[in-house]
Amino acid sequence: MAESIPSDAPAVADDHHGHEEPSFWSKYVFSTDHKMIAMQYMFTGMAMAVIGGFMAYAFRLQLAFPGIEVPGFGIVTPANYNALVTNHGAIMIFWVAMPVLIAAFGNYLIPLMCGCDDMVFPKLNRLSYQIFLLSALVLLSSFFVEGGGFGGGWTAYPPLSAKAEYSLTPLGSSIWLGAVALEFVAFLIGGINFITTAMNSRAPGMKLYDIPIVIWMIVIASILFLVSVGPLIAGAIMLIFDQQLGTAFFDPARGGDPVLWQHLFWFFGHPEVYVVLLPALGITAEIITVFARKKLFGYKTVLHTTIATGVLSFTVWAHHQFISGVDPRMAHVFTLTTLLISVPIAEMMFVYIATLYGGSIRLTTPMLWGLSFIAEFLIGGVTGIFLGASGSDIYFHDTYFVLAHFHYTFFPIAIIGTFAGLTFWFPKMFGRMMNDRLGKIHFWGTIIPFNFIFIPLFVLGMGGQHRRIFDYSNFPELSQPWMQDIRILATSALLIMLGFQIVFFYNFIVSLRRGEKASKNPWKSNTLEWTTDSPPPHGNWKELPTVYRGPYEYSVPGRDEDYWPQDQPN
Amino acid sequence: MKPIATTRSTSGMPTGLLAVWWVVGSEIVIFGGLLGSYLMYRLSHDAWAGQAANTNTAIGTFNTLVLLTSSLFAVLAHRAAESGDGKKAARLLYYTIGGAVTFVCVKAFEWSTEIAHGYTITANTFWSFYYTAAGIHGLHVIAGAIIMAIVARDAAKNLELQRVELIGIYWHFVDIVWIFLFPLLYIAK
Repeated sequence: MAESIPSDAPAVADDHHGHEEPSFWSKYVFSTDHKMIAMQYMFTGMAMAVIGGFMAYAFRLQLAFPGIEVPGFGIVTPANYNALVTNHGAIMIFWVAMPVLIAAFGNYLIPLMCGCDDMVFPKLNRLSYQIFLLSALVLLSSFFVEGGGFGGGWTAYPPLSAKAEYSLTPLGSSIWLGAVALEFVAFLIGGINFITTAMNSRAPGMKLYDIPIVIWMIVIASILFLVSVGPLIAGAIMLIFDQQLGTAFFDPARGGDPVLWQHLFWFFGHPEVYVVLLPALGITAEIITVFARKKLFGYKTVLHTTIATGVLSFTVWAHHQFISGVDPRMAHVFTLTTLLISVPIAEMMFVYIATLYGGSIRLTTPMLWGLSFIAEFLIGGVTGIFLGASGSDIYFHDTYFVLAHFHYTFFPIAIIGTFAGLTFWFPKMFGRMMNDRLGKIHFWGTIIPFNFIFIPLFVLGMGGQHRRIFDYSNFPELSQPWMQDIRILATSALLIMLGFQIVFFYNFIVSLRRGEKASKNPWKSNTLEWTTDSPPPHGNWKELPTVYRGPYEYSVPGRDEDYWPQDQPN
Repeated sequence: MKPIATTRSTSGMPTGLLAVWWVVGSEIVIFGGLLGSYLMYRLSHDAWAGQAANTNTAIGTFNTLVLLTSSLFAVLAHRAAESGDGKKAARLLYYTIGGAVTFVCVKAFEWSTEIAHGYTITANTFWSFYYTAAGIHGLHVIAGAIIMAIVARDAAKNLELQRVELIGIYWHFVDIVWIFLFPLLYIAK
């Protein structure tokens, strides 16, 4: 096997040793090292998650106790309320799920799992983060301009979003759009980097089917993003022109068409669901195989299913427009494609369950997160069927049923997926173990309240409660005592869940400084990132690894150990 | 100090080339979304044919020829770079940049005439699309010219000659977008 190693493999050692200790600025702020950029994305995403969570706290209190002076925020006015729900949605998707799941884990894992020392374009990688950071600052600045933050919903449907007379945020709406556009640019640059790195700088011997599933998923997600976001970039330019120059692309009174925006938005928006879902699914796959000590059931099936999901995700977008005046015959077509896309996703759920079957399961904190991802996402997926079928969607559209449904998809993706990945790779990232007991307390303290927030909201949605209403006391049929009780229940559960996040931050900070030192491979995992030191040095390995087999060879009969790292010749 | 990752080529295709094609792919969907929207409107607004008659086809044709010629120089520059003649490649790239500058100047003259006649971006939705689509394309022309100047400066010193091909691919893409814009905005009645 030794002949297959190209001559450049052992030449790394000299490149990364013996140079001077870099200054604080070049090490932490202007670094081109993929691990540092991953951390920058991770911590920026976490900070934005805290802001997005604070917004949820403010508007949920307003819904449970209308007119209350929210501690730490004050009275929530109708304009505040609209700005809070709009930016909560936008932040959680564009500034939390995307940077953490794709950019942070992608940056961290792609070079480490593919066995190379950095991204193929390290400087572009740094530029991508800088643009992303700028976009976050631009977004937050929109709250402090005249008129306040944009309140037209995270989907920004015109004419509400297009005219200052309607939205009452003459500057906020354009700044919001500009921030979203900058964020897209950051992820286009980052995505191209991810795709080319995984395509072109894998370790010698790593064939296509030896790539860990999480890398495949991040790469496919980046491709989906790259192929779907274009129309929305064009749409965002058109909408900014409508807002600031007075064009009429989306103004029906002057020959435009507001539904066009909905097409442009959801042509991106629906694949975007899969853009963030796939990395979370990939993280879950890695965790489940490691802690079930079993080979991933049907590696190629998972991969082909993922590609099928990606292709199908471009054909479902109009299920968001069943009541926007889409031709009913077209609605049938989109119902069909939407129900069709549940097949590959359901298949993946079965593959994960089949992987667990017969394994020797270890219920560590990351495994709990991984298992709960399957359970919770399942609820999100199943309730989606009601919304994908045009007949029932006509009743459910724009109710809390929809809201509860997509929180049952996005919460598992953005929050459970992140905690799963973070608790799993924490030893590698920081060289210390997290406290398992605190991790489990945090897990149960998050999962149980989560279900108490959103299961009741399904009930409210079926009772006819519409979304985006500031104060239900103006609607007698929506302010019956049982409905208000449910709102208070959901809000209380949210407060408990937010409270338990303190446990996480405490555990995170204390483990960083005083956690038990992590060995190279504390979970006895096969993939390449576990073959280097924890945390990996600059350049990742003293000598870049060579790959001899696939990533999921656990419990292979006839071997002494139940794992078989990818870089061991035998 | 270059990371090993930047020198590997597992897929057999140079990394830069791979990345440029992905850039082109993402650009195709941006213009695809814009032109797709334009086409959908155009099909349902017959009156736009009358508006399109007010665009200056002669100037549009001239600019098309300018861009096509500049693309020819880009091809010749690539050939020169392949044979290792960086100086010649740089000179040809400067000719390409000359085409870009001509294009933008003609465009500026064309737009100022049209605006003076009252055909502004808010005149109606046809003109909104006209300025938006051609404007975004124009930004690509300017960006391409700037990158080309950087590539040419290095190529003149026989450095990074592979970049001549990469910027050439991008330039052909910008050219092809115009090949779509020209009939849609100027000719189709």
